[in-house]
Amino acid sequence: MAAGVAAWLPFARAAAIGWMPVANLPMPVAPAEKNRRQDELIILNVSGRRFETWKNTLDRYPDTLLGSSEKEFFYNEETKEYFFDRDPDVFRSVLNFYRTGKLHYPRYECICSYDEELAFFGIISEIIGDCCYEEYKDRKRENAERLMDDQEDKKDAKLPNMTFRETMWRAFENPHTSTMALVFYYVTGFFIAISVITNVVETVPCGTVPNQKEVPCGERYTVAFFCMDTACVMIFTVEYLMRLFAAPSRYRFMRSVMSIIDVVAILPYYIGLVMTDNEDVSGAFVTLRVFRVFRIFKFSRHSQGLRILGYTLKSCASELGFLLFSLTMAIIIFATVMFYAEKGSSSSKFTSIPASFWYTIVTMTTLGYGDMVPKTIAGKIFGSICSLSGVLVIALPVPVIVSNFSRIYHQNQRQDKRRAQKVQKARLARIRIAKTGTSNAFLHSKRNGLFNEALEFTQLPYKMNLSEQSSTEEEQLLTKSTSLLESQHHHLLHCLEKTTNHEFVDEQYYQQSYLEAGLQNYPSRSPSLSSQDGMTGTCCSRRSKKHHTPLQNTSAPALMQPLTHKHTHQQGLQELSTIHIRPLSTSRSSLNMRVDEPASLNCQSNQITTAIISIPTPPVTTPDGDLTHQNVVKVSTL
Amino acid sequence: MLSAIWETEGLQTVGIVVLVFASIKLLHLLGLISFSEDSVEDELELSTVRHRPEGLEQLEAQTRFSRKELQILYRGFKNECPSGVVNEDTFKDIYAQFFPQGDASTYAHFLFNAFDTDHNGSVSFEDFVMGLSILLRGSIQEKLNWAFNLYDINKDGYITKEEMLDIMKAIYDMMGKCTYPALREETPRQHVEIFFQKMDKNKDGVVTIDEFIDCCQNDENIMRSMHLFENVL
Repeated sequence: MAAGVAAWLPFARAAAIGWMPVANLPMPVAPAEKNRRQDELIILNVSGRRFETWKNTLDRYPDTLLGSSEKEFFYNEETKEYFFDRDPDVFRSVLNFYRTGKLHYPRYECICSYDEELAFFGIISEIIGDCCYEEYKDRKRENAERLMDDQEDKKDAKLPNMTFRETMWRAFENPHTSTMALVFYYVTGFFIAISVITNVVETVPCGTVPNQKEVPCGERYTVAFFCMDTACVMIFTVEYLMRLFAAPSRYRFMRSVMSIIDVVAILPYYIGLVMTDNEDVSGAFVTLRVFRVFRIFKFSRHSQGLRILGYTLKSCASELGFLLFSLTMAIIIFATVMFYAEKGSSSSKFTSIPASFWYTIVTMTTLGYGDMVPKTIAGKIFGSICSLSGVLVIALPVPVIVSNFSRIYHQNQRQDKRRAQKVQKARLARIRIAKTGTSNAFLHSKRNGLFNEALEFTQLPYKMNLSEQSSTEEEQLLTKSTSLLESQHHHLLHCLEKTTNHEFVDEQYYQQSYLEAGLQNYPSRSPSLSSQDGMTGTCCSRRSKKHHTPLQNTSAPALMQPLTHKHTHQQGLQELSTIHIRPLSTSRSSLNMRVDEPASLNCQSNQITTAIISIPTPPVTTPDGDLTHQNVVKVSTL
Repeated sequence: MLSAIWETEGLQTVGIVVLVFASIKLLHLLGLISFSEDSVEDELELSTVRHRPEGLEQLEAQTRFSRKELQILYRGFKNECPSGVVNEDTFKDIYAQFFPQGDASTYAHFLFNAFDTDHNGSVSFEDFVMGLSILLRGSIQEKLNWAFNLYDINKDGYITKEEMLDIMKAIYDMMGKCTYPALREETPRQHVEIFFQKMDKNKDGVVTIDEFIDCCQNDENIMRSMHLFENVL
């Protein structure tokens, strides 16, 4: 429950009077406020700076240092104040958290010292408000990276007992590990460059043979170029095979982008070798040569910046997609309009809409080749609108991509985004757990509280003498564990339950009971019972029948108790309970076993108490021989 | 031929018309032209309404709280609503925090209307404290009166079945989905039927204030529960 609304709890409880005339059941007793004292000021002396606040303010968060009895360790008897030898500046944020319910992260503060203070005062960092959370996480991530960078330098030390294969793989991945790796790195880089230059130079026309048109160098010095190509391809092949051999997971390596580029780069050569001088396929062979240009992508292993560029483009896929989509839309619109505008003019180049696409693209990207120009007035108007809008449409997503690239480049982290998403999910999960914790807290204390009430209401002929004494101790234990605020809040929720004659259950249990209700058909084990009017007895009885077996072990499901004990109340209940009958299945016992896991009563002793609850049922004439069992409910204590 | 001319001419006109409209819209956006009087001023809303309550002595006289209690109440009130008034959304948020499993907004809406006695859309500290004074320190008659006022949504002096059904649904909404036994569609309606059977003595389909107070005073459960929250503050 948030801090500020603790002040509104009296209001909410007072407003509960609005439910009273509607409720048909008596309300539970309000928690008594023993030792009700006036609110007092507490002085907190943090390294000389004195902070004063109400005691109630600190009590809002009982699981932190200041809210619990842990602060008594810091109490100074002479000066009657609590002294903490910590940083007073950070303490300001901590105290503001108690006051306002929101934890803020001061930007000028070092992240490490802030974390330490939070840890000291027992506050989890997930509570930081949304206004400051991004900043906090960014700083924390930077810090973690800095630590990691320091560690990575140590990682490169050669571990003993590395197989030859692992050494090779490490050499390939990180060329700075050994001289051999460095040599290999530079040699492959050199050959990639040679190969690319060869491809380029091949097509340059060099020298003229008289009486013939210019021939490209490739055809003039065929043998030389062929030898160069062979050498490069051999080096690449050897490199690829070595990488394949050294890869820890060959399958994954073969699927990776870099290996595909490698394969595509060297395949044309082998295909060319295989194919003879067959005229039909040589055309296709020439096309294959285009793929040799992919060798230039092998440079991306050598250049970090290239990898980052590729990663940026991949990560900005949505912006790029949007850019493409909006451009396409605009192109189609404007091409159509231009086509119809220019249809009338003679000798117009806008022969069809697809032909107008070219004009639109050239205009929108502000290239303006001038091979197609509109001649009519309408065409010129729309042409100008087209170029203006082109500037806008292209200029909008580009800065996003640019900023993305610069951010990634500066951080130089490839796994950055994926890690951030995981952390965000984890954080949301933790906050959700904390929130459900409040409702779970109610369910827990409900079982505890009702357990206490059940003890009061039941007649206990079979109760063992020892348990009487221990139960009162447990009562005290249980009431102490929840603060007054919590107990009042739970009392409020309890009143609501009584008003509507329904109970809060946790989601798991609800889903299971909903499921079985859907699966089960109506006829139950004892059809005569279900046709009776006074069904109160059947409600309990059906449940109690199923509960015999699991009661043998000590950790019997605590959830049983509220269900059974409810029906000890007066006759007025019967009318309502007829509405709420649900056919129960035999698997209820197993349900209860599973549900019990989240409920952990923190009681110490292990005793079984059996009790008889006498239910004021109308005479139930059933052929069932279990009449006695219907009224026996075993309530077990822990 | 003619159609070709019309096409081009038509497109020309369309182009010019589009240009004219675009420029008018641009000027309007820039605020140079305004079409109607209520254009720009509507944008400025009064963002915060500040409210200062009456003095402590006056409130002490008007309510049954002591000075200290009023101090505590005001501190909590002002902490949550620094501007001094609660509007309906804040009210719903605050109330919803107490019922995490269900949806408390409908009931909070009715509650808000019950507290906002002068119906100005916001609950000031005086409204708040007056309401609390009745609920916590008032006589049984006053409390029942307040409850009747809560149920009577249109404040006409009669509780009809529809009004009661709305209230009942709102209360059941607060329970949420995960209840045992599971909530059904007709549960609120049946509850309303029971209520009317009990309260509507002359069976005319509405419950008046007298019937309500009479019936509640005869019901010992209700009487007992009215005293439940007396030690809240």
